[in-house]
Amino acid sequence: MTWLATNWRDVISLMGQHVWLAGLPLVIGLLLALPLGWAARRWRAAYPIVVTTSGLLYTVPSLALFILMPLILGTRILDPINVVAAMTVYTVALLVRSVADGLGSVPESVRAAATAMGYRGVRRFFAVDLPLSVPVLTAGLRVAAVSNVSIVSVASLIGVPQLGHLLTDGYNRAIQGELITGILACVLLALAFDLLIQVIGRALTPWTRTGGASADSGADSAREVAQAVRTAA
Amino acid sequence: MIRFDDVTKEYPGGSIGVDRLTLTIPTGEVTVLVGPSGCGKTTSLRMINRMIEPTRGLISIDGKGVADFDPAELRRGIGYVIQQAGLFPHRTVLENVATVPRLLGWSRSKARNTALDWLHRVGLGPDLADRYPSQLSGGQQQRVGVARALAADPPILLMDEPFSAVDPVVRQQLHDELLRLQADLHKTIVFVTHDIDEALLLGNQVAVMRVGGRLAQMDSPANLLAAPTDEFVADFLGRDRGIRALSFVGMPRLPLQPEVTLAMGERPPADAPPWMLVVEAGTPMGWVEPAKVRGAVDFADLNRSGIVASVTGSPREVLDAALSSPTGRGVIVDEVGEFCGTVRASDLIRLLEAERDQT
Repeated sequence: MTWLATNWRDVISLMGQHVWLAGLPLVIGLLLALPLGWAARRWRAAYPIVVTTSGLLYTVPSLALFILMPLILGTRILDPINVVAAMTVYTVALLVRSVADGLGSVPESVRAAATAMGYRGVRRFFAVDLPLSVPVLTAGLRVAAVSNVSIVSVASLIGVPQLGHLLTDGYNRAIQGELITGILACVLLALAFDLLIQVIGRALTPWTRTGGASADSGADSAREVAQAVRTAA
Repeated sequence: MIRFDDVTKEYPGGSIGVDRLTLTIPTGEVTVLVGPSGCGKTTSLRMINRMIEPTRGLISIDGKGVADFDPAELRRGIGYVIQQAGLFPHRTVLENVATVPRLLGWSRSKARNTALDWLHRVGLGPDLADRYPSQLSGGQQQRVGVARALAADPPILLMDEPFSAVDPVVRQQLHDELLRLQADLHKTIVFVTHDIDEALLLGNQVAVMRVGGRLAQMDSPANLLAAPTDEFVADFLGRDRGIRALSFVGMPRLPLQPEVTLAMGERPPADAPPWMLVVEAGTPMGWVEPAKVRGAVDFADLNRSGIVASVTGSPREVLDAALSSPTGRGVIVDEVGEFCGTVRASDLIRLLEAERDQT
């Protein structure tokens, strides 16, 4: 606690860095994953290719990817863009599948109805397919956000400052307070991201919390059946 | 008028969805495409609004080939009711109904008012407007589906097994309302179903299709029941064709007989016949056996097992009234429900036979 009391300004600034390095790739990654996931859905042959490739990308060790980025992008070795780009790769790898599966979760009758009403491709995507994918997409984003917060901390090994610096520095200099602060700050940040995504997801899907009449009666009849079975037994 | 001219749909791999279909769907009437699964009825329907493109042949609406239209523009001018309603779950009932008006660029308030009006016309209150589809019953969802299809007042309405997922009681209500709406609107309706009774009930003409996408017979319900073209159609129409056909033939002059009636609370006369009809303020209440009535007639004395037919009803309804009556005399009422006489099955059948012998 004494360590945090004297260093809290640094911790706040590192946390700010961490938010950017983990959050920006989440947004860019989502924007890139939308067309890729859509394509994986649109052409049946593309689905296994896209999903397998993105899965493989996720298995590339983060340190290797951070070091490779300057070679691929032609950036300087200490440029934070390297981290943002690498994290974007991971985000896309995780989200392509969510987008494809989310679009796949739209009932066929709803899709056909949208076409029959006279929606054209792009407008239908934004008016019908995308909003209905939000529940599946939100689940994917939550995983990606927590994963990003965790992986970004590795970037301290290539000298890009964020909360991971507390872990490497605390370890090297054997400062327990700094280590614990680093771990707790990472966890808190991951929870904050998770909460934010859930709140946005809920705000975008008011129709999923209607406790609908038909859903109710379904649950009721299920209870009645269960009751009948118990009585019979 | 919608025309199919030698239309074939062949899928990659060579399977045939629709085979050389030639069909004329008259304007302002209900045409039902009916047949077992795999007969190409839904495929045919979806070729009208270009959700499926034919391999060969021409489909035209009022002489203009549908292939010449922009698909989205074409679809905005054709109402479509899909199986299981297919409502947008993320949009309120009102937003669902306003879909096509909004796509057509109507202002928000005009689309809203039109949508409310259509909800009312399909029998849904404004209190449902802001609910989501999951908060409605199956029957209500189907009504919203119909309102959504009609919202921009298209001249053509395509209905793909719209009532197959609701229970029989609700389905009957939906049938009645569709017929009531159609009596007002005179849309050109193409209705797809696998249920021959639904087809015969709703269709001005019924096209029976067979597996492999070929048209077996297109005719009015009465002609279909009276003269199925081959064994497939006869089998598909099923049993009781003779009886069911009575729903569609014109009612000859009803052989109405008068009845000696009693009022509620009245004592039967001493020389009463074995059965008497109780009529209260013009409305038939039921039959009584005067010999079993002690004192004045009250509700407990009534035998209400007979079905009452309307004077405007089909011969089938009148026959049903006669056969279900404990006296063999079917009770007939006029348009406002007032008793006008009874009919015996034998009299009705004699009349129907005479009618047949004349033609």
